[in-house]
Amino acid sequence: METVKRNKDDRVLYIRDLNISFQTAYGTVRAIRGVRLDLFKGETIAIVGESGSGKSVTVKTIMGILDSNGVIDSGQIIYRYKDENGEEQEVDLVKMSQKDIRYKLCGKHIAMVFQDPMTSLDPTMTIGKQIMEPMREHYNISYNEAKQKALDLLTEVGIDNPDKRFKQYPHELSGGMRQRVVIAIALACDPDILICDEPTTALDVTIQAKILELIKELQDKKGISVIYITHDLGVVAKVADYVAVMYAGRIVEKGKINEVFYDPRHPYTWGLLSSMPDTDTNSRRLYAIPGSPPNLMEKVPGDAFAARNKFALNIDYKEEPPMYDIGGQHRVASWLCDPRAPKVELPAELVEKLEKMKKEANINE
Amino acid sequence: MSEIRTPLLHVENLKQHFKISRKFTTKAVDGISFDIYEGETYGLVGESGSGKSTTGRSIIRLYEPTDGKIIFDGHDISGKLSKEDEKFLRTNMQMIFQDPMACLNPRKKVSQIIAEGLEIHHLCKSKQEIEERVADVLDKVGLSKEQGTRFPHQFSGGQRQRVGIARALVMNPKLVIADECISALDVSIQAQVVNLMKDIQEETGTTYLFIAHDLSMVKYISNRIGVMHLGHIVETGTTDEIFENPIHPYTRSLLSAIPHPNPVVEKARRAITYNKDEEGVDYEAGYEHVLSETHKVLATDEEFEKWTKK
Amino acid sequence: MIRDDHEFQEDDFQFAHAADEKLIDKNYSATSYAKDVWNNFKKNKGALIGAVIIMIIILMAVVGPNMNEFTYKQIHSGQECLVPRIPGIEKLGLFDGYHNGANQYAQKGASDVYYWFGSDTQGRDIWTRVWSGTRVSLIIALAAVIIDIVIGMVYGLVSGFFGGTVDSFMQRFAEILNGIPTLVIVTLLGMVLPAGITSIIFALMLTGWIGMERIARAQVLKVKEQEFVLASRTLGANKFRIIFSEILPNIMGQVIVTSMFSIPNAIFLEAYLSFLGLGVPAPMASLGSLVSDGYKSMTTFPHILIIPVFVMAILMLCFNLFADGLRDAFDPKMINK
Repeated sequence: METVKRNKDDRVLYIRDLNISFQTAYGTVRAIRGVRLDLFKGETIAIVGESGSGKSVTVKTIMGILDSNGVIDSGQIIYRYKDENGEEQEVDLVKMSQKDIRYKLCGKHIAMVFQDPMTSLDPTMTIGKQIMEPMREHYNISYNEAKQKALDLLTEVGIDNPDKRFKQYPHELSGGMRQRVVIAIALACDPDILICDEPTTALDVTIQAKILELIKELQDKKGISVIYITHDLGVVAKVADYVAVMYAGRIVEKGKINEVFYDPRHPYTWGLLSSMPDTDTNSRRLYAIPGSPPNLMEKVPGDAFAARNKFALNIDYKEEPPMYDIGGQHRVASWLCDPRAPKVELPAELVEKLEKMKKEANINE
Repeated sequence: MSEIRTPLLHVENLKQHFKISRKFTTKAVDGISFDIYEGETYGLVGESGSGKSTTGRSIIRLYEPTDGKIIFDGHDISGKLSKEDEKFLRTNMQMIFQDPMACLNPRKKVSQIIAEGLEIHHLCKSKQEIEERVADVLDKVGLSKEQGTRFPHQFSGGQRQRVGIARALVMNPKLVIADECISALDVSIQAQVVNLMKDIQEETGTTYLFIAHDLSMVKYISNRIGVMHLGHIVETGTTDEIFENPIHPYTRSLLSAIPHPNPVVEKARRAITYNKDEEGVDYEAGYEHVLSETHKVLATDEEFEKWTKK
Repeated sequence: MIRDDHEFQEDDFQFAHAADEKLIDKNYSATSYAKDVWNNFKKNKGALIGAVIIMIIILMAVVGPNMNEFTYKQIHSGQECLVPRIPGIEKLGLFDGYHNGANQYAQKGASDVYYWFGSDTQGRDIWTRVWSGTRVSLIIALAAVIIDIVIGMVYGLVSGFFGGTVDSFMQRFAEILNGIPTLVIVTLLGMVLPAGITSIIFALMLTGWIGMERIARAQVLKVKEQEFVLASRTLGANKFRIIFSEILPNIMGQVIVTSMFSIPNAIFLEAYLSFLGLGVPAPMASLGSLVSDGYKSMTTFPHILIIPVFVMAILMLCFNLFADGLRDAFDPKMINK
C-alpha cells in the first residue's frame, strides 16, 4: 500500500518532548508526558486513545485553545508554513501566546473539525455567512467573491443544491449535512493542517463512513495534512497513514498503520485490537483489558499501564520504559521489547485475529 | 423449536406517538411487532431517531403506549396497569441506562442505590437480608462489598455501569432492557461490560433486550436482531441471517458501515448509502415477508422482488 | 524516561504476577458530598469572612441591646445628639465625645455617661437601637428564608414535578402575583394590618417566594428527566419517594443558595419600607427606620446616619459574599475542575 514518503524537509509540524500539566484543586495532573510526533505534508496521522489519554490536550495546544489551567512545562511544537509572500516560515507554537496562535494561524493555516456539528455551528447565522466569515476575515475579499467560493466549497463537500443551502440555518440540515458544512468552514481558508476531533462519533453509523470518505477525498485533492483524534480503531484503519497510540499522556506505540495494525507490540495495543468486535469472527467472547484508565492525579512509579497489563514485568512497576526502535517507523514504549525481556505469547484471540486480517489483506510475512 | 415456546415478551403493533403541537405528532414508533423468548438476547439496532430507545421505554412503561399490545410473561402490560400487573412489571423487568454519569443518584451511596428496588417492593424480610443480597450482586458484577459504601462519583465510568447492572440484577428480573448501555463507555471498557452481561446470562438465564446503534457489539451478544428505521422494524432475523443474508437495503448499509480494524481492507472498502426517499421505499405500504421462520423483511411485493434478486 | 542511575535488578525482566481484576480498578479518594462542599467553601476567603461577620452580627443582635444600661426607647432629655464616646478608647483621642472642638458630654453635664455609638435627636442610645434594629432585620431575614423554602420551594417542586395543566395553572398564578408591585401590596396591607414586622412578613409571603419558586421549578425540570429518576420509576417508586429521595437531595444545594440570596433583598425591602414610613412603628427601631431618622440630621450629626448604614451595608454585603461562596461550593462544575 502506498503511503506518503517521509522526507525530513516535508515536515509540516513536529512535536518534541512535549510536557503539559494541569493545575487542579486536587493537585497537578501531568496530562502529556514527553510526546514526540511528526506530521508530514499530505499525510494523515491518527492519535488513538481512551478518554483522559491526553489526545485532545495535544491538539488543543496546537490550536491555541488549551484550557486556562494548563501549563506547557517543556517541549517544542514546530510548525512550518508558507506566508503570504510565499516564504518559508518556521514557528514554535509553544513560544507563541495562545492568542497569537488563534489570530495568526487558526483558520488560515490550521483548522479544526469538532465532534458535534450542532454545537460547533452558530444557530443564529445562515450556513453561507458562516462559511464566508473566515474568508472575509483573513483574505479581505469582496462579498461576491466570497460567496462564489462558499458555493464552490459547498458543492465540493457534497451538498446538493448549494444555492438553497447557502441561505439556510444549521437546524434545517441533517446531522451529516451539518458536519459537511463544518468541514466546508474548516477548508474555507485553504489550511495546511486539518485537525479532526472525533469527527464522526456524534453522527449515525451509516453517515460516519461517508464523512470519512469525504475528508479523505478532499485531502487528496488539496494535499493537506490531517490529524485525527479518535478512540475507534475502525476509523483509524480507514483513514490513517500513521498511528500514534496514547495511554495516560504518553505515546506507547507509533508507526505506519500497517506496522502497528499487523504487528502490534505494546500490550495496550493488543488489548485495543482484540477488544474491537469483528463482524465475522465467531468467537463468543471478547478479550477485554481489565480495570479502567488511571487517574493521572496520582504519581505511580513505572509504566502507567502496568496495573492493567497481564504481561507486566517487575521492572514495569519501577521504571517507565524507553521508546524502543522496532524497525521501520515503528516505535514502542514497552519493556517487553527489551532484549532481556522474556518471550511473550500473544493472547490466542489476537493471534487468530491478526492471522485473519493478514489473510484478508493479502500480506505475507 | 420455537413454535411450541411461548415468548417471554410479545409486542404487537406497538405505536408510540408524541404530540408536539396541535397539528404535529411525532410517530417515534409506528406499529412494530416482535417476540423475545426466554433466555435469549434480542438486539434492537438503528440510528438515532429510529425509535429504538422509545420502544424500550414504552415496553417498561416509562411512556404510555399510544396503541398496541405488550404481553410480558402472560401479563398484559399495555393500557392501564392493574396493581398486580404493575408490581409484576416493576419487579420482573429492569432497565440498564445509557449514561453511567446520569443513571446513578449522586447523593446516594451505591448500596442504597442497589437496594432501592428491594425496599420499594419489600422483597426482603430484614435489613440484613438486604445487605446480603446487595453484597452478592456486587460480587457478581465484579465490585467488592466495601465499594458499596461509596458514592457514585468515586467510581470510573465502567464501574458505574457495573453498579447500574447490579441495580437491575438484584431484583432477579426475567427481562433486562439494556438501552445503549455501552455506547458512552471507552472501547476497552465496552468489552468488559458486554462480557459481564454474557456471563450473567449464562449463570442466571436472564433475557436481554439489547438496544444499540452499533451492529458489531450487538453481534457478540445477540441471538436475534431487529433492525429499526424511522419507527419501523425493517428486518428481523437470527444474528447469522442478518449478517450473512441481509435483504433490506437499510440493513445492508448498516452492515457496510461497520468499520473493520484492518487498514488494507478498510481503505479499499466503500460504505453503501441508503436513502429511503431516493429509493422510493414505502414503509407504510410494506408488509412482512417471511424468508424463514425467523427471518422477516418489511417490504412491498415489488421491493421484495428487487432486493432478493440482487 | 530512564534515569541514568538506575541499576537493573535480576528479576526486573520477569513477569510480575497478574493482579486480581477487582483490585485493578482504583477508586478515587473517598470524600462525601458535604465534605466536598465544605472544602470548596473554605477556599473562598471572602465567603468565610462573610460567614464570620454574620455570626458576630447575629451575636451582637442577641446580646448587644443588653450590654449597657439603656433601652431602645428610653428618652434622655438634655442628652440629645451626642457623638460616640467609648471608655478606654477616648484616651486615644478617638470616640472621645468631642464635637466641633468641644466635649459635648461635659457641655451637657453628662461627664460620666458613655453612649458608645452616641445618642440620637431624642437622646436615645444608638448602640442599643442599632442592635435591636439589627434584630428586627434578622428576624425578617429568617422569615424570608422560611417563606422561601416552605412556600417557594414546595410550590416550584409541585409545579415542576407534575407538569402539564397543573404547571400551567400554577405558573400563571405566580405571574399574576408577581405582576403586582410590592409597594402596592405593602401599602394596602398597612391599611388592614398594623404597620410593623407582621405586615412586612405578610408582604414577603405574598410575593417574596416567586424567585425561589422559579429556581426550584427549573431545577426539578432538569433533574426529573435524568436517568437516575427514570431508573427509580422503572423500579416502581411512587411519586412521594421520587420527590423526596431522588429529586429533593439533588436540588437542595441550589435551593439553599437562592434562599441565602433572598436575605439581602428582604433586609433591603424592610429598610426601604421603613424609609417610606411603612415599616416598624416608633419607638421600635429597625435598621431602615434608623437610617430614615438619621438622614434628617445628616449634615450636623452624621454619626446618627452612618452607624446604622454601616451595619446594614456590612450585613447585606456579608450575606451576599456568603451566598456567593455557597453557590460556588455547591456547583459541581467547580468541584470537578
